Amino acid sequence: MATMRYLQAIRLAITQEMERDPNVFICGEDVGQYQGTYRVTEGLLQKFGPMRVVDTPISEIGIAGLATGSAMAGLRPVAEFMTWSFALEAMDQLVNHAAKITYMSGGRIHCPVVFRGPAGVGTQLSAQHSQSMESWYAHTPGFKVVMPYTPADAHGLLKQAIRDDSPVIFMEHAGLYGTQGDVPDDPDHVVEFGKAVVRRKGKDCTLIGYSRGVHMCLRAAETLASEGIECEVIDLRTIVPLDMDTVVESVCKTHRAVVAQEEWRNVSVGSEIAARIYEMAFDQMDAPVERIAGADVPMPYAKNLERAAIPTDSDVVAAVKRTLA
Amino acid sequence: MAKTVAERSSEDDIQRQQLTELYRLMVLIRRFEESVYQKFHEAKIGGYLHRYDGQEALVAGVIPQLQLPGDYILCTYRDHAHALACGTSPGAVMAELMGRATGCAGGKGGSMHLIDPEHGFLGGDGIVGGPVPVSLGVGFAIKYRGSKNVCVCYFGDGAMNQGGVHEAFNMVGLYKLPVLYILENNQFAMGTSVSRSTAQPDFVKKAEAHGIRGEQVDGMDLLIVREAANRALDHIRTTGEPYFLELNCYRYVGHGIGDDNTKGWQTYRTEDEVSEWKLRDPIAKLRDTMEARGYLTPEQAEKIDKQVLEEVHASIVFAESSPEPALDSLYDHVYS
Repeated sequence: MATMRYLQAIRLAITQEMERDPNVFICGEDVGQYQGTYRVTEGLLQKFGPMRVVDTPISEIGIAGLATGSAMAGLRPVAEFMTWSFALEAMDQLVNHAAKITYMSGGRIHCPVVFRGPAGVGTQLSAQHSQSMESWYAHTPGFKVVMPYTPADAHGLLKQAIRDDSPVIFMEHAGLYGTQGDVPDDPDHVVEFGKAVVRRKGKDCTLIGYSRGVHMCLRAAETLASEGIECEVIDLRTIVPLDMDTVVESVCKTHRAVVAQEEWRNVSVGSEIAARIYEMAFDQMDAPVERIAGADVPMPYAKNLERAAIPTDSDVVAAVKRTLA
Repeated sequence: MAKTVAERSSEDDIQRQQLTELYRLMVLIRRFEESVYQKFHEAKIGGYLHRYDGQEALVAGVIPQLQLPGDYILCTYRDHAHALACGTSPGAVMAELMGRATGCAGGKGGSMHLIDPEHGFLGGDGIVGGPVPVSLGVGFAIKYRGSKNVCVCYFGDGAMNQGGVHEAFNMVGLYKLPVLYILENNQFAMGTSVSRSTAQPDFVKKAEAHGIRGEQVDGMDLLIVREAANRALDHIRTTGEPYFLELNCYRYVGHGIGDDNTKGWQTYRTEDEVSEWKLRDPIAKLRDTMEARGYLTPEQAEKIDKQVLEEVHASIVFAESSPEPALDSLYDHVYS
């Protein structure tokens, strides 16, 4: 085990996969000479050269096309969006091309591409830079959607994403880049998609999160534990595929559930999980599923308004108490 | 040095053979499209239908000059001709149009998404301008591997006003990627003429603005198209740099099935204009040239037409007798 930050774990995963497979390359705005907007790709240009670390213009449609087309022709691109907000420019290449080519071709063409970059909300970045849009991609058949919480998962899930033959949407959280954790030394450490992990055991209520939402759940669980309420915390790791088995197993024990996410509440991942819990375990539930989510507004700039728009662990605590009331 | 009689005669044979093949391909495309139209009106084919009648030389002058597999082709939703030229069997194309399991995409793509990667054909694309960013990636993959191959990317005049096309052109020019762009300028983006849709109608200038060498060529003459294609391909294979050909042509029929032959003329073009372009028909023109050079007799032309009709008929029989895709294949291929 080595202790490292979330962003270093991502860099390690990219480095190891580029060393393992000569078809893997990275591209994006300022990934090379500038060393990465968030320093995720620092040192990679020096190590792998400009053919495998490709600086692009600020052209998201071009970046997405570069990645999609080269994947269709047999390479394994890892394309960086400076933030997921900017990927909106490239929606046609992502949704109408990368996600669909395998199906449209009757399985004759594969598109092993990873689109990655920071998502998440906060730090007064306001409406166009502070948003989480995972359900846009989870809604589209053809994408796998990955949202790691720990450095070890960022490492193992990204390596799995690069080895996967389908297009993968890999959403990092800028607010987690500096968090520390242990990462296995094994260069073949991968984390399988569709396997949620129980981060904390408990019997009273199931808290379901992903990415920084897990942090919210763990803090809430700690607070509640001091009041004698034991929560089970599930980290989904991947939104598609979605591991409902682990969720259902837990709610069959706790009979209560709270989903915590940073993205908007309306037609969201939380909505889907709640619906599936009702479909699969309705008779097990002692209270309605609670959804803690971002306020359905474009993110405001003013500090106090932003604070009111972003969910916190206190919101989760209150929700758990409602399920127990 | 002067060539011997024997050398001249063997060159003649090669020309005769090659042009006969290209003539046959153009006739196949025309007859295929006519049959497809008929089958659409028999409700055997669904969805949209975009025919290539009048534009045959753009495909027959370029694709047979490629090294397949090895080189790659991308194109628009007007893609039946490209599939046939790449070597996809007419049966597999017809079966795809009829939504059969034996179609080139197993019935999951349809008219706009014909595909045949074993022949280098990476598919038709239903989005105007859509294949151009993809071509950037395919061209990059060729350069990444260090091979001498080329990606040929077709698109229409309407695509020249799409933002993504210019992002991709810029990057292809910047990275110097081996892509041949074929602008199928059939004068109309659906019902909107070039003059009504673009402030700078000199498309070559637009390519050159992105660092891509280009030229405008008569797309109604197969020999001229073939010569231009070879010039462009030589340049790309020698320098590794992209090339842009604007091929001027005309689609005889409406944009799609919703813009049928007669209706379209009333709103955005005249019957006289269509008739004038038809006087320059690429198939008739090649036949005249070949007859003048003694490469083809009227009897041989008739024979080719007959053989092609039989081939198209066989593709229909094959498609109609093929099974529909199995219902339990609905969820296959969402992921690899």
